[in-house]
Amino acid sequence: MKIVLIMQKLIITLLGVAFIGVSLLASVGQASAQPEWMPNPPKAIGGQCDLDPKEMRKTHMTLLDHKRDQTMRDGIRTKKYSLKKCIACHAVKDKSNKCVTVKDERHFCRSCHDYAAVRIDCFDCHASRPEDSLNKATKAAGNSHDKLAGLSSIGKTGDTTDTTLRRFIAGEVK
Amino acid sequence: MISLKQGQIEAGEHKTAPVDEAGRRKFLKGSAAALALAPGMTLFAYGEAITKPAEQAVTTKSRWGLLIDAAKFSDEDVDACVKACQDENGWRDTGKPMTDAQWIRRVNLKNKKTDEQFSLPMMCQHCAEAPCVDVCPTGASFKRKDGIVLVDKHICIGCRYCMMACPYKARSFVHEHIEDQKEHAPRGIGTVESCTMCVHLVDEGKEPACVKAAPEGAMVFGDLNDKTSKLAQLIKSVATQQVRADLNLDPGVRYRNI
Repeated sequence: MKIVLIMQKLIITLLGVAFIGVSLLASVGQASAQPEWMPNPPKAIGGQCDLDPKEMRKTHMTLLDHKRDQTMRDGIRTKKYSLKKCIACHAVKDKSNKCVTVKDERHFCRSCHDYAAVRIDCFDCHASRPEDSLNKATKAAGNSHDKLAGLSSIGKTGDTTDTTLRRFIAGEVK
Repeated sequence: MISLKQGQIEAGEHKTAPVDEAGRRKFLKGSAAALALAPGMTLFAYGEAITKPAEQAVTTKSRWGLLIDAAKFSDEDVDACVKACQDENGWRDTGKPMTDAQWIRRVNLKNKKTDEQFSLPMMCQHCAEAPCVDVCPTGASFKRKDGIVLVDKHICIGCRYCMMACPYKARSFVHEHIEDQKEHAPRGIGTVESCTMCVHLVDEGKEPACVKAAPEGAMVFGDLNDKTSKLAQLIKSVATQQVRADLNLDPGVRYRNI
């Protein structure tokens, strides 16, 4: 009987601790959640940004401005601070797994620019989503076709790599 | 005398097969390896420019140019070049010939006395003394140090003076909103555009798209300043012409057999 009582007490204490823990977590979560009207930019898909995000928020326009002149006038095509890279890294996908254009309010740039009421004309000329997202379907089709073409030719010549290629297509080898 | 009439280019009539990019890259990679194996010999044998590092600015050391042999072009060949340019730079015929973009076009020529007919590709001639650069009120129309004439669309106000000034009718104006442009070829409403000599490819040490699509030897791309380049050697050894040489614009694009 004693053991049962001790067990009961223990369970009650544990439940109590768990409850306090959960409510604490919930309150912390509430405190960190920002108001709805604040911009909430989507997370980038790439790794580290070229600059600390805090700095980037303040200076991205100047960096892009400088970079554009370097690229166009001097042909300096490095990746650092390139708009192409920004767009690739900050692409936002919709439900059908396609990247959204700047017309969609979920677009990375729009999340802040709508809030700040600053109109950007970058996308009058530049594509607002990565090119890869447009070609993915056709590229994938092309690849599989190429592989099959290679396979048939190998079959004809009786190449010894035949089995390896077959396994690659079957997904056994990466 | 050559009169420049706008060629009729019909989409869907291009007979050449799509270029196998992957195959070409592999081949180029292979040849690059060969270069690495015997650097001095191969490089000097062809005198081709070595790829500029991405972080290095272009200089006046090079001046990029083209030699176009009109005798080697059939109508279909020119159309293939046009198609290659469209695919590379993402412009299209939309069935509105009065306002459609036209970076490169087919020009049909006829000698009135002999009835001889032929066609040639016509695009920005990348003049050393470019009239479009002279007239631009904002400095948007500019010449890169390596001779490639471009439009800075960031500061182009769409006044179209350059279109008026160009004797080759090489420039066009973007009338409608465009989406999903090519990453390397931004183009947008209210700005003027023209052939960029595929500057994004040139900076990577590659040839322009039209040169790749043209028949063997019909278009030669290279550095006019490098006397050992294939282009400079050709210009030295065969008779070449400038279109409207009387204007003294010193175009970077030269022609043969016109």
